[in-house]
Amino acid sequence: MPQVVRSPKVYDVCIIGSGAAGGTAAKILTEGGLNVVMVEAGPPLNPQKDFKEHVWPYQLPHRGAGIGGKASDNFSEFLAPNGSWEIEGEPYTIAEGSRFRWFRSRIVGGRTNHWGRIALRFAPVDFKSRSTDGMGDDWPITYEDVAPYYDKVESYIGVFGTKENVPSAPDGIFMPPPKPRCTETIVKKACDKLNITCIPSRLAIITQPHNGRPPCHYCAQCGRGCVSASNFSSSQVMIPYAEKTGRFTLLTNAMAREIVVGKDGKAQAVSYIDKLTRTEKKIYAKAFVVGASACESARLLLNSKSTVFADGLANSSGVIGRYLTDSVGSSGGGVFPQLAKVPPHNHDGVGGMHMYMPWWKFDRKNDFLRGYHIEFGGGRSMPGVGEFDVLCETVEGYGVSLKQKCRDAYGTYIGFAGRGEMIPNEHSYCEVDPNTADEWGIPVLRFHWQWSDNEIKMARDMQQTFREIVEAAGGTYYSRVMADGPNPYGIEDGGVIIHELGTVRMGNSPKTSALNGYCQAHDVKNLFVTDAASFVTNPDKNPTLTIVALSWRASEYLLDEAKKGNL
Amino acid sequence: MSPTISRRDVLKSLAMSAAATSVLRVIPAQAAEYAHHMIAAEKAAAPAKNYAPKFFSPHEYKTLQALCQTIIPADADSGGAIEAGAPEFIDLLTSENKDYQRILGGGLLWLDSTCSDRYEKVFLDCSPEQQKEILDQIAYRKSAIANPALDPGVEFFSFLRDMTADGFFTSEIGIKYLGYIGSAYLKEFPGCPPVPEA
Repeated sequence: MPQVVRSPKVYDVCIIGSGAAGGTAAKILTEGGLNVVMVEAGPPLNPQKDFKEHVWPYQLPHRGAGIGGKASDNFSEFLAPNGSWEIEGEPYTIAEGSRFRWFRSRIVGGRTNHWGRIALRFAPVDFKSRSTDGMGDDWPITYEDVAPYYDKVESYIGVFGTKENVPSAPDGIFMPPPKPRCTETIVKKACDKLNITCIPSRLAIITQPHNGRPPCHYCAQCGRGCVSASNFSSSQVMIPYAEKTGRFTLLTNAMAREIVVGKDGKAQAVSYIDKLTRTEKKIYAKAFVVGASACESARLLLNSKSTVFADGLANSSGVIGRYLTDSVGSSGGGVFPQLAKVPPHNHDGVGGMHMYMPWWKFDRKNDFLRGYHIEFGGGRSMPGVGEFDVLCETVEGYGVSLKQKCRDAYGTYIGFAGRGEMIPNEHSYCEVDPNTADEWGIPVLRFHWQWSDNEIKMARDMQQTFREIVEAAGGTYYSRVMADGPNPYGIEDGGVIIHELGTVRMGNSPKTSALNGYCQAHDVKNLFVTDAASFVTNPDKNPTLTIVALSWRASEYLLDEAKKGNL
Repeated sequence: MSPTISRRDVLKSLAMSAAATSVLRVIPAQAAEYAHHMIAAEKAAAPAKNYAPKFFSPHEYKTLQALCQTIIPADADSGGAIEAGAPEFIDLLTSENKDYQRILGGGLLWLDSTCSDRYEKVFLDCSPEQQKEILDQIAYRKSAIANPALDPGVEFFSFLRDMTADGFFTSEIGIKYLGYIGSAYLKEFPGCPPVPEA
């Protein structure tokens, strides 16, 4: 039996997870005067060691492919650390007939170290799905409730963009965007021809000095982690400011196992495994903020069973684990001969797209509900492993002609990816797998997944649109998608877009939701879940900006309630 | 016109902004320097000459080098796969991956056996004409359709072609050959030079 070590100290708040939600809560709560402890399942982050910005592939023996060439499964050896589809010793299981993948980060800052920095506001209609088309549910809060927090978040973290008055993509507080690259210039032109809205993207990358952070230096390597903190990550933009207050304690390699409830029905402590010593420890606090990532947060609550909460903490509604969604993703690409004629030049830009297509068909009847946006990129970026696989397979042969064909093709490809809204369905959820525990003895999650017809129709529309854009721009469209099979129209498996969420949803009724509009558990007043588990739906917007906004809002509410003595 | 600034300028400006905001955990100048130290250490640890293969036998490695250089040869514009370090890269990854060992290790054996059957010599000892004859067959999928006995050779060559391209085009000379310009510190992003019409 592991030894249980009691910590006598009682913190004001214990935060579980250090990513977008946890980092934000840490900053707001400590600056509000509370003593906060944070438990993070991964190691501390050391940017000097862990970030590989400005490293060339030939400077690493594996050229970015990783040991045995296996890094490609996790995008690249260059990626900021500790995110992967499979974590040794910490499995998850998939129900028969389901396809789902779960990307997890175990590191201070979580997935914000490498995320795509796409920072899109939800639109007013996105909070009112059921009222709009009868599917899914409305949120208990509206755009007007969240808008002041979008303002605060954008002002604080820094987001570039432009005011465009597109109803599906509300404007925010923006820094100037970078100029378009060649790829964006030609795609924009094609979109104009087709009446597809194509506007500067909105990314959490600063283009002007901001709160002491230097502006972007345009190396296009945000995904590797930014040495100058010119983009948003919790580890560089939130947590250091919590530490500065002197009221913040960070425990790393601390894997939360259970939230323990007192006789009064309130959360009292978190039991965690200290991974370095393999011992179980407890941290006591007056309130708890869970931000372990949507499915991990659900897992923690489901594993926190007690006589008061036999089905998991704060789960009297039975909704925890349910309403799991991911973005609808499908992709394709085109080759554009005119790009071969562009003289060599620095095409890098920021680490991500300079332009994108917000949902533009909101004003007409489509053969599916809801919408999607389009991300795209390509051109003369830093060559990497796998760059010419498709070309080699197509032209075959060998010798100088092969070499020259690679050079001719270099930088002429632009990839397109749709990101659309999935409607929650009863077949997509996660639950605790009673037969499997991880190496820390904690029962793991089992995933169930099914796309509905609506998402598949959306993927088909994406494919048609990509083709139209590519052809309008004078390119040749390439896509290997098929209309049937496990991934019709190229729809990605659940979880692959890494926007999995909704598993501890908020709502007005304690019967059909676990949290109120402030991310506070209906059943347990001193428990908050502020990550994307709290989302009711996920529109075609990447979730991080809204996670930060909701966590900020919940934290201010928590501060207020603490002052009033209501927790 | 060029917004490129020297690396020294960048380190200076980053260091200044780091000083201005002591709460930033990252000290950018140090972080940027780290890459340099890492590279220097790696170079010292791995002398380029007299590379001792980790997986392939000396004979296999010589054959591998010859094949790599045939796939991406030196020409007037740049060196080839050997100068780019592609064989070392392939050997390293193969030493760590059982699938690669089966495809590449098995493929080299297949090539020598097939050459021995046909020409009574292993690949390296074959005449240039004989080498060209066998490679022209295994370099194309249609050969395996016409003659299924060539299938293992086609699979092998296709895999090796991908890895050779990876090794070459991620090398310093390969990146220069492609004309990639970037991974720099820019004060502002200049945007796109004029794009010719399609």
